[in-house]
Amino acid sequence: MAINLKARVMGLNGNAAVAYAMKQINPDVVAAYPITPQTDCVERFAEYVSEGLVKTEFVTVESEHSAMSACIGAAAAGGRVMTATAANGLALMWEVLYIAASMRLPIVMMVTNRALSGNINIHCDHSDTMGARDSGWIQLFSENAQEAYDNIIQAVKIAEDLNVRLPVMVTQDGFIISHAVERVEVLDDEVVQNFVGPYKPVYPLLDLSHPVTYGPLDLFDYYFEHKRSQIEAIDNSFPVIKKVAEEFEKISGRSYGFLESYKLDDAEYAVIALGSTCGTAKEAVNALREKGKKVGLLKIRCFRPFPKAEIIKALAPLKGVAVLDRSVSFGGFGGPVFTEVRSALYDAPSHPLIINFFYGLGGRDIYPEDIIKALEKIENVVQKGKVEEHIGYLGLRE
Amino acid sequence: MSKPKGWKELVPGGIITEAGNARDYKTGDWRTERPQVNKEKCINCFFCWAYCPDGSVKVDADKGVMVGFDYDHCKGCGICASICPSKAIDMIPER
Ligand code: SF4
Ligand code: SF4
Repeated sequence: MAINLKARVMGLNGNAAVAYAMKQINPDVVAAYPITPQTDCVERFAEYVSEGLVKTEFVTVESEHSAMSACIGAAAAGGRVMTATAANGLALMWEVLYIAASMRLPIVMMVTNRALSGNINIHCDHSDTMGARDSGWIQLFSENAQEAYDNIIQAVKIAEDLNVRLPVMVTQDGFIISHAVERVEVLDDEVVQNFVGPYKPVYPLLDLSHPVTYGPLDLFDYYFEHKRSQIEAIDNSFPVIKKVAEEFEKISGRSYGFLESYKLDDAEYAVIALGSTCGTAKEAVNALREKGKKVGLLKIRCFRPFPKAEIIKALAPLKGVAVLDRSVSFGGFGGPVFTEVRSALYDAPSHPLIINFFYGLGGRDIYPEDIIKALEKIENVVQKGKVEEHIGYLGLRE
Repeated sequence: MSKPKGWKELVPGGIITEAGNARDYKTGDWRTERPQVNKEKCINCFFCWAYCPDGSVKVDADKGVMVGFDYDHCKGCGICASICPSKAIDMIPER
């Protein structure tokens, strides 16, 4: 990332960076319930409300199910709506997440990734958002506080695009990003306001001269067709996510894609990861590069929709790939990232050997040495010419 | 209702954009039994009209007569037959 000397720089943790972006977006309604490690974000936003720095109607609720339900009501009424949650809070929203997406309501939510209970754990893994991957929400992962700030601003524009009109979840790793103060380049309020533009409600309930019904009974005669149009909407978000990133680059100097390739051009082996681990993986890649190893990293920023074409393009030339999963699909064939990446490669003209590592569950630290181990393992597999064990573990005591 | 629409023709999100269109939903095809009135026995008390949960009993208010059923919407619940004081309504299996 090029350093922009003219940029306004603040020292913010991930939660504060998102709260600051929310202040600049100035949504009509925020309904949220506090849960570690997201609390700090909502608290800071509540301060902006009480200081009169935003015109947002802040709805305090008694649970996350109510938070999302209030967001749905407010979005259907015709407002620009945001919220934030984590872990079990997201799990408690489960049924209403699907309803938000089905009703095509462009709600933007920050999720501070945290392990789902049990046992009770407040630290980072991706079991919360990965569990919600089929709910119809767009999902953008962030590597650091800067990306969390940038993603949340872009999310508003992606969600509200008339060809998309879907809710967007922006994630950041709990504590690792949410509570670590970093250098964050912020945009001016006016620049953010111009970027997101005024909100254009579609079929608002409060337009009393055009009464509409949201969420009617939808049985075997139409439900399937509505799901098909939802599939189309999330597919339509591909060009929109790209276009919004291009526009964002113009105001920030920072470029975003569905993926980020790090030293992949001439690489033979790569790791794939999401979130803060990508920073650690870059260290590991650099260390191995110094030893002359042709290794790289593929970071997935956009997990829903899943950018299969770009994944094939980035990975097909490689000899071996190690996919890092920070959540488990119990009884499944590997973690959610592995399953999806491996499936995308099935039709590729050529494909690398591919193995999966579970790591970092419940906030277990991941070190560059762990990632070096993963890269060495895949090199070893390629030398043997076949995958004997698809699944491994990093940082686990036997 | 007219021919069912394909997915491309639908309003996003399944939102209903016209008010007062419940009539277009022909609930009559949910029915397994249809009510049939025997006007010889009927005393035009309008109990069936008052009790029908679907507004599917047709009456001629000016003449004060119960005239039959709206089979496009009658779901065949049998409440009218059960409430009729003169047992004038029979439930006939469909098909
Ligand atoms: S069967 Fe039920 S729905 Fe049909 S007319 Fe009688 S009361 Fe109404
Ligand atoms: S309840 Fe029976 S008697 Fe009364 S109007 Fe209906 S059919 Fe006739």
